[in-house]
Amino acid sequence: MCGISGILNLRREAPPVDPDSVLRMLAILMHRGPDQSGVYLDDRIGLGHNRLSIIDLSAGIQPISNEDDSLWIIYNGEVFNYLELRDELIERGHGFKTSTDTEVILHLYEESGADCLGRLNGQFAFAIWDSRKRELFLARDRVGIRPLFYTVHDNRLLFASEIKSLFVVDGVPREIDPIALDQVFTFWTTLGGRTAFKGIYELPPGHFLRVSKGKTSVRRYWDIPFCAKAEQYDLSENDVRERLAELILDSVRIRLRADVPVGAYVSGGLDSSGITALVKNNFNNRLRTFGIEFEDRAFDESEYQQHIVSFLKTEHTAIRATNDQIGASFPDVVWHCEKPLLRTSPVPLFLLSGEVRNSGFKVILTGEGADEVFGGYNIFRESKVRRFWARQPDSRWRPLLIGKLYPYIFKDKRLKGMVQSFFAAGLEDVGEPLYSHLLRWQNTSKTKGFFSEDLKSSVGGYSGYDEVRSSLPERFSSWDDLAKAQYLEMTIFMSNYLLSSQGDRVAMAHSIEIRLPFLDFRIIEFMARVPSIMKIPVLLEKHILKKVFKDILPERIINRPKMPYRAPIVRSLFNERNGKTPEMLSERRIRETGLFDPARVGRLVSKMQSVRNAGEVDNMAVAGIVSCQIMHEQFIEDFPLRPAKPLSPALIIDRRERTLSASLRGKR
Amino acid sequence: MNYIEPVREFVVENFLFGDSGRLSEDTSFLKSGVLDSTGVLELIGYLEEAFGITVEDDEVIPENLDSLRNVSNFVESKLNGK
Repeated sequence: MCGISGILNLRREAPPVDPDSVLRMLAILMHRGPDQSGVYLDDRIGLGHNRLSIIDLSAGIQPISNEDDSLWIIYNGEVFNYLELRDELIERGHGFKTSTDTEVILHLYEESGADCLGRLNGQFAFAIWDSRKRELFLARDRVGIRPLFYTVHDNRLLFASEIKSLFVVDGVPREIDPIALDQVFTFWTTLGGRTAFKGIYELPPGHFLRVSKGKTSVRRYWDIPFCAKAEQYDLSENDVRERLAELILDSVRIRLRADVPVGAYVSGGLDSSGITALVKNNFNNRLRTFGIEFEDRAFDESEYQQHIVSFLKTEHTAIRATNDQIGASFPDVVWHCEKPLLRTSPVPLFLLSGEVRNSGFKVILTGEGADEVFGGYNIFRESKVRRFWARQPDSRWRPLLIGKLYPYIFKDKRLKGMVQSFFAAGLEDVGEPLYSHLLRWQNTSKTKGFFSEDLKSSVGGYSGYDEVRSSLPERFSSWDDLAKAQYLEMTIFMSNYLLSSQGDRVAMAHSIEIRLPFLDFRIIEFMARVPSIMKIPVLLEKHILKKVFKDILPERIINRPKMPYRAPIVRSLFNERNGKTPEMLSERRIRETGLFDPARVGRLVSKMQSVRNAGEVDNMAVAGIVSCQIMHEQFIEDFPLRPAKPLSPALIIDRRERTLSASLRGKR
Repeated sequence: MNYIEPVREFVVENFLFGDSGRLSEDTSFLKSGVLDSTGVLELIGYLEEAFGITVEDDEVIPENLDSLRNVSNFVESKLNGK
């Protein structure tokens, strides 16, 4: 979709930014914008942009300025309601040089500053430099579909779409943050602005950063508007269904706005099938779709995928993800995700985006976000069952409802008598704000048993649970149970892991822009106020979404059992063709990074090589340890400080007066 | 006869990866998270192989499998032909 980068001098007297640094920052982000590059320089700042051309292919190169060249924007993303906003702005007298959505944001900002963010319906990360006021404004979309990182080093603020771009600037320290590891090995991701690296920060979703008069401030402009039951909509289910159907259709409609063809991902699940049906039926009869087939049958959904493809008659391409390929591409995926991964799920999506690129597409619609917004995940129903069971803890049959949620875990009938015990921990602690997720997080935390003594003592007494509790919105405790669970899932899992490692990063790795209709902010805001009984009545997940799609999808897709998207871990990381895993897990390498306990990792490796089916925690530990080791090698030890190929931008705007006059003086 | 030690060794080696400190004779495997669903199946496999017993479906209950002491008592009673 595009890559942005910049260096801002925080002190007025500092020498102008060296253009070479900006060019290096861009070179390492080429995968995000292979079509054109542009640079802006003045005495305080250097801005860089790599473009993936999607709207206004011929004239939309960035950075772009306003009418009098006082404001400059570099931008990664799309604002889908840009046409409507543009009409309004033209009516109010603004002059446009291009037909891009980028320019629309710039003029809106010109008018209303940070308030412009509330008008933008889209996915974005951008920087606007006010060259007159010497003010920098950075912003990120509401849920974090597009990334933005920053650091302060040597009295300069550096920012970029990916962390690797910050690291190419000379002197920026590269060190793994032990607290970040504690967080990833608990929550699958870092929390609240932290990254895997010390001193490197992520601008959180729904926030903006402003540097003005030497001061830097970060402010929130949006949060998911869950509310207490009494404030939820008083609408009939039919009214909700109708309104929702309108919103989803419109969300899809505006996300098809592009000067290049748009395709769709189809997994065989309800969400992507629904979007694809809407496009095929209303907007594009010759829709190209793409999906994944797994060699490993346990993970494959292709039967359902084929069913929806033949039902809708789309032109479909399925890639076959073999265990070998997944294992072989894992290191590349770590490089793109820039954090440890407790799953290999991002890898098939990385392979898929490669196929999309080879097919000549740049833009894809996907179904991400529906499970969070509409209540599709099993964790929501699990929480409901456990609370129900907690009211009569000694009941023999209440806990059996959980077995219904996880048929694939309990398909061995021998385990029926033990179900209770797996889910009993903390059962009656229903007042705990983190109730819905604590069991999962505590389970994941077992992977921390592999941390080295050094790492454990660096983490010390830090508690991720305390951090989450203290960051919850003031009115959290007034919300109903489902809203609380959704909030945790959306802000932690979705925004910080799913949209990044399984979304933006693996698509951008092959210069593919994904668009997520279910995360249109109007839909998120609407669903936040819909009564929970319409989201999950009894144990029927995504009830209202199924009602919306009932008439356009086959019954088999609507009613198929929920299957979480996963990829094989042990079978892909431990196979003969994968030499990377044994190398990364060797005692020598484990001792070198010092992050994990060599003896315990050794036992884990033996177990993985002999066991038939590895357990959940073992799988996460393997993926987490291997990816951490790879990350250490790629970012700390062997980081490529200089690009393989130097970058030649198509556009250079150089307004550095001091340099110009210095060189003029030199010439006399 | 007491079967606690061999079972402890199996559990520590395969599920705690060497960290024996947390496991007492009465620690609940499931409540403490030492075993998950796959782990229970692995434990059953080990018991059947190491002690030559057969674990029936309806014997897969916490009372028989959920702590070192429970497992030891269960193995003893199977071997004594109860």
